[in-house]
Amino acid sequence: MASNVNATHVKSQSSRLPRKRFYRARAHSNPLSDSHFPIPISPAEFDYSHHYPHFFPSSREHHKNDGAPFPKVKFADIGCGFGGLLVGLSPLFPDTLMLGMELRDKVTEYVKERILALRASNPGQYENISVVRTNSMKYLPNYFEKAQLSKMFFLFPDPHFKEKNHRRRVISIQLLDEYAYALELGGIIYTVTDVEELGDWMRSCLEDHPLFEPVPDEELEADPVVKLLISATEEGQKVARNGGQTFRAVYRRIKLEEL
Amino acid sequence: MGEEAEFVAGDGEEVASTAADVENELIEEEKNKDGEVSPAIIAVHPYEKSVAVAVGSELRLFDLEGDCSVSLIDDSGGSPHTDSIRAIKFGANGRLFASAGDDKLVKIWVTNPWRCIWTVPADKRVSAVAISHSGHYVAFADKFGVVWLIEIDEEKVQQLKFDSKPVPILGHYCSIITRLDFSADDRFIVSADRDFKIRVTVFPKEPLNGAHEIQSFCLGHTDFVSCLAFVCPFGHANGFLLSGSGDSTVRLWDFVSGTLLATCEVRAKAGQSQSNGPDTYSPVTDLCASFDGSIIVAALQNLHGVVLLNCDFPNGNLSVAKVVSFEETYFPTSLVLSSSTQRLWMIMGASNLPMVGTTHLPTRLKVISVPEKDPSLNYRHDPVVLEDNEIPGGQKLLSELQGTPDITQEEATLAAAAAAVKLSMRSMMIKKEYNLEKREMRKKNRNDRKAR
Repeated sequence: MASNVNATHVKSQSSRLPRKRFYRARAHSNPLSDSHFPIPISPAEFDYSHHYPHFFPSSREHHKNDGAPFPKVKFADIGCGFGGLLVGLSPLFPDTLMLGMELRDKVTEYVKERILALRASNPGQYENISVVRTNSMKYLPNYFEKAQLSKMFFLFPDPHFKEKNHRRRVISIQLLDEYAYALELGGIIYTVTDVEELGDWMRSCLEDHPLFEPVPDEELEADPVVKLLISATEEGQKVARNGGQTFRAVYRRIKLEEL
Repeated sequence: MGEEAEFVAGDGEEVASTAADVENELIEEEKNKDGEVSPAIIAVHPYEKSVAVAVGSELRLFDLEGDCSVSLIDDSGGSPHTDSIRAIKFGANGRLFASAGDDKLVKIWVTNPWRCIWTVPADKRVSAVAISHSGHYVAFADKFGVVWLIEIDEEKVQQLKFDSKPVPILGHYCSIITRLDFSADDRFIVSADRDFKIRVTVFPKEPLNGAHEIQSFCLGHTDFVSCLAFVCPFGHANGFLLSGSGDSTVRLWDFVSGTLLATCEVRAKAGQSQSNGPDTYSPVTDLCASFDGSIIVAALQNLHGVVLLNCDFPNGNLSVAKVVSFEETYFPTSLVLSSSTQRLWMIMGASNLPMVGTTHLPTRLKVISVPEKDPSLNYRHDPVVLEDNEIPGGQKLLSELQGTPDITQEEATLAAAAAAVKLSMRSMMIKKEYNLEKREMRKKNRNDRKAR
């Protein structure tokens, strides 16, 4: 025990959780503007060892020789914000790789630091979560292969009230095509918002899309992830604090039925 | 960054620029935007019955069968094209033809006899069109990345009654779609964009409800994708996809799985054969291939010639077979191969030349006769660049499609065209990066610029 305390003390410099106030950022970022951050050319170019060193202890080549299949990211949190959901999910699915995607530079920095600090203070834990700064509306196929993901999260996305800006919404019929591509059959897409109008919008997009069907309520009751949607996320906590309402739509990727 | 800044500003004096300079640059930039230049494009009837050339808002047609030019008859009640035409295409059997461009009009034509049957208004500027091989659908894509579909109902064609509106069927998220095409069996619709992506979408039986199932993404290009071509060599039922890009490569894909099979660094290979060599930045501007893939031809922006490629399909090898060079002022802007005659048609020209005050738009057309290959994929003879009088349709066709009876008078205009097209392609396709000062200035002037 004593040695443990000592160890954390030594590491305290790096393991202290980052403080949000040093990572203040604008609430919004324009998803339409040209991006100038690096993007993998294809999913094969995405460097897992850098994000999940615990799962990729040596170089990728070494693993290839083993013949053992690579673990791949299965959960994607689109617009992960300050990373609350990832941190909440990580101990629930310790062997599942999860990736948060966030467009705002500073927020991504914060999540990065937060994960590193959590890893340092809880050895062996939080090794399965990571974050990238990217525009998932433009570059999702650059990160994930077809049918790679089993869960996708869209929690408290930007509402973009003006009709002119509806095309900036992260859930749309056209973008759902890409999400359906990245999700495996049976994979689940979780959306939640505190804005009723956006809730209706997201639900109707999913409802109208031929590749998704609603997940029945009883299944949602049993799903441990559903509780985290609000309790784990910073935005969700804020809504709960203010006694606000939330609107949830959870859908499953299905096979296209052609008549 | 340096290069781009230079391009945007028109000079390299970035450091010393004052706020006023930045302001002026911005105004200059706005002006250039209005004068956006579009390259001349060419299309040939699948049985070489007619040839179409579009330059600026002008559509020029020549009927090779009747050996006469074609006047544009418009039964659709729509207006003629009023701005640069960006895409023209014949349907697989040559019965239909579509033209579309910056004036947000898609015009659908029947070719026998030539007349426009339908003018479809689009929401945004149109950047690509495709006609399904069945001839039942025309798809077009706009600069905001949305692909729209219209159904061509035979009955309606007869009665000229078109009441349906185009339906959006898929979207690339706010990326300019550069090319659009149907696979040979109409099972897939393929769209390429400026964000390096090629999307292969299942073309459903009821496509008007949207094409939601993505078959694959072909990812590998490191710059905008500029052109696509399908090939169906014997023994490969699904066929393959070829793509050209701003990264100066041509790539071969198994588009059903999205696997990259081969990459050919065309610029590096072709550059050696021309003494001055193409510029370091030399995007592939156009690509065409015969149905079986035995002939593959690519054009590069800074290459005064075309590159013939060889593809060894079983092994997935793509290599440069030959470079055909022209005089040093000839840079083709668009290519098309007539499979039936193995003739490669190409055009050079541009619209809206800012510095040349001419009202007419000269283009220069050339034709190459591509020889047969022997079993080891070598050409039996050298490809022959036809003399003007050897071109089908001869002088009559040339004076119609080139827009001038004597193209030799137009050297200077054509040279200007080559330069302008180069600049324009970059400004459209390349992501702009602004320094802080310029960005602030742009923000400041965001909404009130139109009022000036």
